[in-house]
Order: sequence, then C-alpha cells, then structure tokens
Amino acid sequence: MFDWLFMDEWFPKFDWRWDYTWEILPRLIEATGNTLIAAAAGYLIALVLGLVFALAQRSQSRVLTFVVREFVEFVRSTPLLLQIFFIFYVGPQFGITLSPWVSGMIAIGLHYSCYLSEVYRGGLDSVPKGQWEAAIALNMTTAQTYKRLIIPQAIPPAIPGLGNYLIGIFKDTPMLSVIGVAELIHTANAIGSETWRYLEAYTMVGVIFLALSLPAAGLIRAFEGFVRRRLGM
Amino acid sequence: MSFFEFMSLYWPRLMSGTGVTAAQFLLGAVLTVGLALVFGLMKMSSNRAIKGFAVVYIEIFRGTSLLVQLYWIFFVLPLFGITLEKFTAGWVAIGLNAGAYGAELVRGGIMSVPKGQWEAATAINMSAARRMRRIILPQALVNMLPAWGNLMVEILKGTALVSLISVTDLMFEAKQINASTYLSAQIFGTALVIYYILARFLLTPFMRWLEGFMARKLGRA
Repeated sequence: MFDWLFMDEWFPKFDWRWDYTWEILPRLIEATGNTLIAAAAGYLIALVLGLVFALAQRSQSRVLTFVVREFVEFVRSTPLLLQIFFIFYVGPQFGITLSPWVSGMIAIGLHYSCYLSEVYRGGLDSVPKGQWEAAIALNMTTAQTYKRLIIPQAIPPAIPGLGNYLIGIFKDTPMLSVIGVAELIHTANAIGSETWRYLEAYTMVGVIFLALSLPAAGLIRAFEGFVRRRLGM
Repeated sequence: MSFFEFMSLYWPRLMSGTGVTAAQFLLGAVLTVGLALVFGLMKMSSNRAIKGFAVVYIEIFRGTSLLVQLYWIFFVLPLFGITLEKFTAGWVAIGLNAGAYGAELVRGGIMSVPKGQWEAATAINMSAARRMRRIILPQALVNMLPAWGNLMVEILKGTALVSLISVTDLMFEAKQINASTYLSAQIFGTALVIYYILARFLLTPFMRWLEGFMARKLGRA
C-alpha cells in the first residue's frame, strides 16, 4: 500500500527490508536484556552510593562535607563517556584489570550517584526541623533518627527525581558500548559492520528505546501518585 | 617520561581538541536555544497539528539516547539522501537532543508567568505576538535561566559523544593519545580536569552572570 513512498527516485539508497529486520530482531532483543540489566545494576549502585554521598554532605566534619561536595560537583560536570574510559583504562595501569561490565557499572553507578545525592539532599532538607528536635527529646541517636524518622520521610518527595534518573541511566547505557559491553548499540554496531546495513539496526534500537522509556515515564508518574496516596500526602 | 614532558608533548593536541569541543558546544547550544524556543511555543499552541508535531519531536528526542540519535543521523540519514559531514552531524545531533529538553524548560518558564501579566497585556490591546515577545518571554526567561544553566552543562558533556563518529574533539584526542602512550591516568585525568574547568569555571559563572544580568534588566535584582 505504501510502495509509492519508497520509490527509487525519491530515496536512492533507502530500502527498508522487513525480512532482514525480523532476522536481526532476536539479537537486538537479547541485547535489550543486557541493556536493562546494566541499567538496573547501575541504578542500584547509584541509589545506595547516592544516599551515602547525601548523608556525608550533612556530616559534622567540615572536611568530609567539602571533599564529598567537590567530588560530586566534579563528577557531575564531566562527561560520563570520559569517566567510563578513565575507569576502564586506568585500572590496568596499576595492575587492577576490571572487566567491561564491572568498570561500566562502576562508572555509571558513580556518575548517577552524584545526581541522586542531589535528589536525596533535597528530600532530606525538606524534613521539618521539628522532627529532629522530637528525636532528640526522645533520646534517639543520630543513626536511629535517620533510619526511623528522617529517611522514611525524605524518600517520598524524592521519588519523581529518583525515577527520572532511572530513565536517564537507561538512556546512557549505550555509552557502555565503547568498552565492549554487549548492549543495544554495541549489537547494532556489530550487525552493521557484518552486513553493511545500518538502517534497520539503528532504527530498531531507537524504536526499542522509545518503546521502553515512554511507558516507563508513565509508570513512574503512576508510582509517584501511589506513594503519595499511601502516605496520605 | 615525567608528567611535565608528557604534557609538553601532547598539550597542543589537547588544546586543539578543546577548541573543537568548544565549537561543538557553541553551535549545539545555539541550535538548542532556537529549537527550544520554536518547539516550546509550538507545544503551547491551540492548533492540534502544530502541538502534535512538537510533542512528537520532544518525545522522540527525549525518549531515546543522544548516542542513538547521533549514530542515526550520521549513519542512517545519508540513506535518505541527507549526508551530513561528521562535524555538522555532531552538533546537529546535540542541538536536536538538547532542544527537546529545552523546549520543556521554555514551556515551563512561560507557564510560570502569572496570569495577570497575560491579562494586562491583552487589556492594553497588545497583539498575541507582541505580548509574547515584550511581556511574557522576558519574564519567562528569567524564571527558566537557572534550569538552562544545568542544560548547558549537559550540552557540554554531550559533546564528548561526537568523538565516537571521529570528530577530533577533546575526548577523541585523549583516546588517541591513550592508544599510543598507554598513560591512561595522566591523559584521561587531564581531559577530565579540562572538562571540569570548562563547566565549573567558565560556563557556570557565565550562566550565573547572565541570570543576574537578566534579573537586573527586569528590575528584579
């Protein structure tokens, strides 16, 4: 029906082949699995490390606060791609060889933990001061106060920010292809160099990203509403 | 080889790479601002077709990775008869990507202008275009500038990706020097510091200054 769209005179080299698309699709779907695993693992690291960085910036020690603050700024102001190269290549220079997966997860986890620490910081700052005073009145230790009072109240307002960075991580996983993690773009590159056909592979990668990130954004919005209702906000 | 010798040998290449990075950033940033304004306004249009077009653009470029878009523009677009040179493909991809994020900032900024301002402009018989240009946009600009500061840093960081289509930017030079010397910590470390200086000590102060300047222009400082 749409044959007229693909007339040779219009697009000299444009010839989308569906049979070829179906042929490469299984490989791309397998790579999608790797992409999702990479995003999930990176996100878990970032969630934990981000909270550590956020809490460290609230510590009594001026030195610790300063060092963590500057480190977070440094990581946030420099490209993730360069950080991936740095972590992957610098290790072997000192005798520590990390696999592409491990160094990729460290790089992406570290990069996003710095973003997440800002989100956590906003959440922690939003907890009213009276909560701290009440905890002191009840003779709770600082650790107890954080664990039982402050963090549970700091997380819900931070959820939209945390969720957006999950999608952000997902969209940054293609950078791991440069050190050989077999995620979507890496697979598309391989397919392209085998057959000299880039059209289908790259287009399908784009479609897969859209098909996953758009519903994810909707889910996060829904989850945010759910958490708010559960907490009676 | 001492670090000093190493640097004196490779410093010129790093600097030429930094120049390309700066050029990519400036061109990408200009395109971003233009696209953000056009699509931000289009998304607020009451015409469904115009609004739909803007939504499709924004969702496509925000929903996929910059790297995917860059490869698509560089490798696939030629099949449609549009061949971009790699340098051009680089900043066009960056601009298209960041423009989608910027469009949302523009829309948010415009919506943050109080309703009374719209009504007052209408009451003194301003046309819609004039109201937007003289009353709404200047105030929206001041409101959204802090967010633009972050986006500008993201654009600068995004330029590192153009090295993957062999644009000889700072990232590319660092990679090349690493491949021939294996002094990874030195070269990648230096490149990280250069990016940091560009972002933290040039770009961010400039955006802060711009915020203050615009606020003063509006008599808000």
